[in-house]
Amino acid sequence: MKNWLMGIAAVGAMLFGTTVAEAGRDLDQIKQRGTLRCGVQGPSNPGFGVPNAQGVWEGFNVEICRSVAISIFGDPTKVEFVPVTTQSRFPALTNGEVDMLSNNTTWTLTRDTGVNRFNFPAIVFYDGQSVMVPRRLNVTSAKQLNGATVCVQPGTTTELNLSDFFRQNNITFRPVVIEALDELRRAYDQGRCDVFTNDFAALAAQRTLLTNPRDHVILPERISKEPLGPTIRQGDEELTNLVAWTVFALIDAEEFGITKANVDQVAATNTDPRVRRLLGVEPGMGAAIGAANENWARTIIKTYGNYGEIFDRWLGPSTPLALERGQNNIWTKGGLLYAPPAR
Amino acid sequence: MSTPEAGTLEASPSGSAARPVLAPTRTALWNDPVKRGIVLQLLLAAFVLSVVWAAYGNMRANMSARGLVFGWDYLSRPANFAIGEALIPFSAQDSYGRALLVGILNTIKIAVVGIALTTFLGIALGVMRLSSNPLLARLVSGYIEVVRNTPLLLQLFLWYAIINSLPGPRQAVHFGPGMYLSNRGVKVPWLEWSPALWPMIWALVAGIIGAIIAGRMLARRREATGQAPPLWPVALGLIVGLPFLASAAQGFPATLTIPVLQGFNFAGGIELSPEFAALLTGLVLYTAAFVAEIVRGGIQSVYKGQWEAARSLGLSSGQLMRLVILPQALRVIIPPLTSQYLNLTKNSSLAVAIGYPDLVHISNTTMNQTGRAVEAILVFASIYLTISLLTSAFMNWYNARVAIMER
Repeated sequence: MKNWLMGIAAVGAMLFGTTVAEAGRDLDQIKQRGTLRCGVQGPSNPGFGVPNAQGVWEGFNVEICRSVAISIFGDPTKVEFVPVTTQSRFPALTNGEVDMLSNNTTWTLTRDTGVNRFNFPAIVFYDGQSVMVPRRLNVTSAKQLNGATVCVQPGTTTELNLSDFFRQNNITFRPVVIEALDELRRAYDQGRCDVFTNDFAALAAQRTLLTNPRDHVILPERISKEPLGPTIRQGDEELTNLVAWTVFALIDAEEFGITKANVDQVAATNTDPRVRRLLGVEPGMGAAIGAANENWARTIIKTYGNYGEIFDRWLGPSTPLALERGQNNIWTKGGLLYAPPAR
Repeated sequence: MSTPEAGTLEASPSGSAARPVLAPTRTALWNDPVKRGIVLQLLLAAFVLSVVWAAYGNMRANMSARGLVFGWDYLSRPANFAIGEALIPFSAQDSYGRALLVGILNTIKIAVVGIALTTFLGIALGVMRLSSNPLLARLVSGYIEVVRNTPLLLQLFLWYAIINSLPGPRQAVHFGPGMYLSNRGVKVPWLEWSPALWPMIWALVAGIIGAIIAGRMLARRREATGQAPPLWPVALGLIVGLPFLASAAQGFPATLTIPVLQGFNFAGGIELSPEFAALLTGLVLYTAAFVAEIVRGGIQSVYKGQWEAARSLGLSSGQLMRLVILPQALRVIIPPLTSQYLNLTKNSSLAVAIGYPDLVHISNTTMNQTGRAVEAILVFASIYLTISLLTSAFMNWYNARVAIMER
């Protein structure tokens, strides 16, 4: 429901509201307001973004937002989290209710250009669509799913890939389309659907919430490419740069072996000019991306660690999601994470 | 009712023309209530139009400031998403426009079936609430109070959860030949579609029209002679007999498709999906509670003397209700009933929550895939408005028909 309330709010604002957010002024607005408004998957997405017992948001996507806040303000608490659904996220972003989405939104051509006009500064997670099935069905490939009923969220690339995949393989399916992820998962858990499809990581997250997670398998096939990353409105180059380089700093830190534990020591002793520039020992990079200070990357790493540490804390083998690094490893270790040089 | 008296009354304007003609002085514009009325109406209309125009202009300005374009070209582009249930064939390659049509038809389907069932259930509950059997009356009033005073959305979730907790398709409850109940819905055998069914369909339509005509003729005869031969044998013969004969004449071309468990699901037959069933159950049980109260109010508004008079004529309690009380109660019932029908139609948009692909559901998906939020919301708002106005117009017509005729 929330989505169409937001939609109606959007129409209302279009009809009677006044013009806001002149192109290119988003970063100025955020600075003026003093908080970054970050859209995260609501009500919760285990591992990626969940409010803890104190109501404070935690998770992989949440720490991406907080890292951006450190770059902008030098302070990770200056973030306001706004839960959005797969349907309400784009109106919320277009309309200025949030400055940035950090909710596993896939970078696609039409979202990047088209009427949506968003920007995807960087990819923080390489994912692919998968299907989850109850173990007892003994399904080993998504191609065996002819005639299956499939639980899927509306308004996602998942929904479109699903149609494409079945069409391409000449098999049929019946969708059960529910917006609220909790309701959708419940429908699958109760057996309304034979199959639950989503991005692999999201399925792993949802599986932890099923009655008997062990009774379900996520098939190894990836039926699509899902590059996920923070999403902002098009038109503010400064914000685009700032978000992109915040992500690159996390990746670089892992590549250079800078961790939460050793960052101060590295800053004090390391002689590698690449490291010194990144950590602000040799100033200039902070000013170049419009950060609050030259210590931006150092503060981020000191607070949350490098990319690998954030990944391991929320998604890695020691968490309920138990995801492998796979493609989300840095390029020197066979993954796809590759940051342009900070110089 | 034009009676001779009315005729003579209307013939009297000559009297009013004979009113004293005072002075031929022109009344000032602002003192002439008719002209003043017209001017005020025009001003109001101009004001409303200018607000609409300003809102539209503002919308276009705001949209272009955000780099959004306004247009309907997306309706002809392929939708690329699948829809769970549709009254017309739909595949992912079809256009957004066709997807929207599927959504409209699904909304109309739930509204029509829901209104019909709500009416029956609501009247039955309303009558039962007035029953002299205290157990029945209390039970019904308890039901009404509970259902009427809890949120509909909650009830929908409840029904959906109950239906989804039925056994899976492989453990389906087999409750008749070819009939299965599972968490994939109810599956029953159905006629397989073929063009050879057209004569049967036309025969059915002809039968229904024939039955209506027969009903009118019987009513006229009853008014003229007081004799009332029952209608149902004739109606049954026409509605069931005619299609049967049409089918027999062609050598029964119809074949049944019978649901069979095939892979993951049942194939064949006709299906009542869990989403539709949950939405229908929720909407009907909820709205019927309101209708029951309206019906009770209507019945209680009929003067006690009517009950006594009907009883003293020796009418059975069924006849008393059907022939004397309900026709009079209808006059009180219809206007608030119309509101309930409209509520049911609009409440059907809660379908989004449980995944029934209604108009709002399809519009949501469309706006998300195309980014055309403004267009999609304008479309579904105006379609709801149209459906509601049509329902309202029909009910007003019906209300005028059953209203007390002043003689």
